[in-house]
Amino acid sequence: MDEIFGIPAPLLFGQLLLGLINGAFYAMLSLGLAVIFGLLNIVNMAHGAQFMMGAFAAWMLLAWGGIGYWWALLLSPLIVGTIGVILEKLFISKLYKLDHLYGLLLTFGLALIIEGVFRNEFGSSGLPYRIPAELSGAWDFGFMFMPVYRGWVVVAALVLCLTTWLLIEKTRLGAYLRAATENAALVQAFGVNVPRMVTLTYGAGVALAAIGGVLAAPIYSVNPQMGSNLIIVVFAVVVIGGMGSILGSILTGFTLGIVEGLTKVFWPEASATVIFVIMAIVLLARPAGLFGRK
Amino acid sequence: MSIQRRDLLAAGAVTALGGLPRARAQGTQTIRIGVITDMSGPYRDTTGPGSVVLTQQAVQDFLGGGRGFQVEVLQADHQNKPDVGANIARQWFDQGVDAVVDLPTSSVALAVNQIAREKNKVHLNSGAATSDLTGAQCSPNTVHWTYDTYMLAKSTGAAIVKTGGDSWFFITADYAFGHALERDTGNFVRAQGGRVLGNARYPFPATTDFSAFLLQAQASRAKVLGLANASTDTVNCIKGAREFGLHRSMKLAALLMGVVDVKSLGLESGQGLLLTESFYWDLNDRTRALTQRVRPKNQDRPPAMVPAGCYGATLHYLKSVADMGVAAAKASGVEAVNRMKAMPCDDDAFGQGTIRADGRKIHPGYLFEVKTPGESRNPWDLYKVVATTPGEEAFRPLAEGGCPLVRS
Amino acid sequence: MAADTTSITASALPDPAQEAGGAWGFTRAQLGALGVLIVFLAVAPFMLYPVFLMKLLCFALFACAFNLLIGYVGLLSFGHAAYFGMGGYLAGHAAKVWGLTPELAIIVGAVTAGLLGTIAGWIAIRRQGIYFAMITLALAQMVYFFCVQAPFTGGEDGIQAIPRGSLFGVIPLDQDMTMYWLVAGIFLGAFLLIHRIIHSPYGQVLKSIRENEPRATSLGYRTDDYKLLAFILSATIAGTAGATKSIVFGIATLTDVHWSMSGEVVLMTLVGGLGTVFGPVIGAAVIVTMQNYLAEMGAWVTVIQGVIFVTCVLAFRRGLVGEIAAMLKVKL
Repeated sequence: MDEIFGIPAPLLFGQLLLGLINGAFYAMLSLGLAVIFGLLNIVNMAHGAQFMMGAFAAWMLLAWGGIGYWWALLLSPLIVGTIGVILEKLFISKLYKLDHLYGLLLTFGLALIIEGVFRNEFGSSGLPYRIPAELSGAWDFGFMFMPVYRGWVVVAALVLCLTTWLLIEKTRLGAYLRAATENAALVQAFGVNVPRMVTLTYGAGVALAAIGGVLAAPIYSVNPQMGSNLIIVVFAVVVIGGMGSILGSILTGFTLGIVEGLTKVFWPEASATVIFVIMAIVLLARPAGLFGRK
Repeated sequence: MSIQRRDLLAAGAVTALGGLPRARAQGTQTIRIGVITDMSGPYRDTTGPGSVVLTQQAVQDFLGGGRGFQVEVLQADHQNKPDVGANIARQWFDQGVDAVVDLPTSSVALAVNQIAREKNKVHLNSGAATSDLTGAQCSPNTVHWTYDTYMLAKSTGAAIVKTGGDSWFFITADYAFGHALERDTGNFVRAQGGRVLGNARYPFPATTDFSAFLLQAQASRAKVLGLANASTDTVNCIKGAREFGLHRSMKLAALLMGVVDVKSLGLESGQGLLLTESFYWDLNDRTRALTQRVRPKNQDRPPAMVPAGCYGATLHYLKSVADMGVAAAKASGVEAVNRMKAMPCDDDAFGQGTIRADGRKIHPGYLFEVKTPGESRNPWDLYKVVATTPGEEAFRPLAEGGCPLVRS
Repeated sequence: MAADTTSITASALPDPAQEAGGAWGFTRAQLGALGVLIVFLAVAPFMLYPVFLMKLLCFALFACAFNLLIGYVGLLSFGHAAYFGMGGYLAGHAAKVWGLTPELAIIVGAVTAGLLGTIAGWIAIRRQGIYFAMITLALAQMVYFFCVQAPFTGGEDGIQAIPRGSLFGVIPLDQDMTMYWLVAGIFLGAFLLIHRIIHSPYGQVLKSIRENEPRATSLGYRTDDYKLLAFILSATIAGTAGATKSIVFGIATLTDVHWSMSGEVVLMTLVGGLGTVFGPVIGAAVIVTMQNYLAEMGAWVTVIQGVIFVTCVLAFRRGLVGEIAAMLKVKL
């Protein structure tokens, strides 16, 4: 078994691993979108911009405050999440009684503002962010060279996704959340402060995007447009998974990362479009998405 | 200068509402130069505000001697949209702007190229990479100053093979620009006796993670990895290459990259990288002198290659205008460009050079190697020169470009 | 939460059918506005820069096409750039490479956009609301990737130097004024066509779908067929706008298929007023003028656009025309 379909087996395994890394980012971002959508019924078009802000926050902490990667991993989501909370309070909360499309338009506008401001402030060519010393270097698996940092991204993303899932599915807080998704008025009547819960949920979703940004900072160039191309793919991932489901979005994210990775081996030219093609097929067969209800 | 600019903008508003500002057009003793560049998109840092500053510097250096006419510099952002760029150029030309400068992004440059010709004005291009500007789409109104894809491929491809890098693998952005770079570089590699072992074409602009292609490159066991792409993609490729340990077995050659990109990459990841530029601030005494003059106005950064091209092109244009007379220069863009071609060029950024019949400015191409963090003595001390390709060899021979101006 | 939401375009304005004094499905106020529009089209080229006006009209038509979907069917397409841009590419290719006359080239562009709309619409109408928006965005992104790679589009360089040619092979369009009259004609024709569609029995069914789809279904209408046809019409008109633009400017490039163009058309329609007849025209005029005169502002243009988005959504959901109409208590 040296070759599978004409591709050397080691290369194939390598590509599978790499697909998993990309999948980790898809999973984290689509998870945040799903959490926000679940409770707020809003497609957060600013999610890509918030991912970018997470990466920039990490860079600023290091460049201006001398605060390193590990603290950034904690502080950056807190900072960006807080900004998210403010945005929700100031703007998004005004729209809950309106058509959901207004939420989409508003967050799209916010994304334009955020990206424009960052481009004015930091230019477009990107800023360097070094891999933390503890995670630099690489493992030699024999069949491939695996950078330690990439392995860390997969592990961190998995832990993060599963924690979020457990939090929502297995805790009391999660139960309130799910209940509020079903019937906000009723939960409010039981004495739960639903508006505050909604605000915090948005903040948490944004914080998830920001953690993704911090994890991405050392691998990709930290630049204002780093989120905008990624987010459209994530939208397709979300449509494929069906937006209501937390576990669904995690699974779909990782799976599609792997599928995309394999496409890069067998038909690189199609790797950009493969997720969109899958989306079209899924829609034709199961309009509600793989894990969607309704 | 800002007041004059506001005047012209006001004139623009008037034009939109009613006839052309004829009253202003009578004051023929002012040459108006418009910088059309990318102030908001991906090329902002390599062109943009820097191009404006360097164009103004050229005007200042030129007028230092007292020339008996005024020069006004305007600026606009084409947002990388050809129709926006074309619109700005069209309106400016109708309102008495004599020359447009910079025009990064090939699609915008080619669109404005048409309009400058139609209106018989001057197009001084510094920022665009396409060699079509002096090839199939060449124009008697255009000077292409700084660089083009052919020159990058030639300087990088041929010079690296000469230094021993004789087997190549390419990671290529899957669109016309990437293909052109890969094809041209590959040809020069083969012409020097080198081999191309393979390539990986990735979808552009959808790819953010290049590790899959880097693994293929590694498996090819080539000595040189050629990156036929630009800006963020190149930076991400180089970061990835370092992570996956490619630098241990291969040399990395970025086919289009500049100081600003290297700065953003950082020397830690960038060290040992090979790339070509036609200008570097620390090249010689004259470039250092220019840098010293301009640095305080340029956010305390040394000028990058494309802005330096704006400096050289503007200065040479103004010299030609002074030589032929302002009225004649304003009357005909073709004549102004012809005078530019007739006069030898000399400026602090590019030294001595000439402009060919097809509009191609001729100067050397330099192959640089990015320094290691240990070698770098100051924050912008980034390059050392590895090889110099003389101007006559660096650019595509006049006969091969297919420029209709040359045949006639 | 779904129960107490209001439709994105339903307005508390009088129904045109109940308002007397109009003609051809127009209310009296709309007839007045139409008169102003026609006079403006006739006089404007003598006062304003004709090339700028042509750009404005192309975008106005594009916004009207988009408004046909959002305003009258309640579907928000976030991928309309695909049809606009593809129309432009095909028209450019037809005029430059095949040597077709401009009117034929524009038809080629429009038909291509319509075919593309048929496929995309067939997939997208399976979902509504935000899903519909995301699906159209994703499909348009596919079209964008196709355009980057396909040889005939010229990749990043685009199709350059598209000849304006001669209308029907006899009237040369090189003069801006001649070209302007053609563009104004196309715009007015398509504008009236959209109006005709909305006020046909077919248009009434569309509106009933917007207000309450299950009820329309229960009345025996195959709502999917209605929505698909609306999508195809909208895509075709968007393609016409793109095709005309590429003939006017002689270029067709990636800008017009990029997702930010999809966002821009949403913005134009939102500023003018979703679901109003004249809103998209006014909105396009505002945004195009802004882009033209703020070109010097650089990256702030994006920020300003974002601010307009946010302001419109929070405070001016009816848009400029919608607000004026509400103030005058008429329908525009």
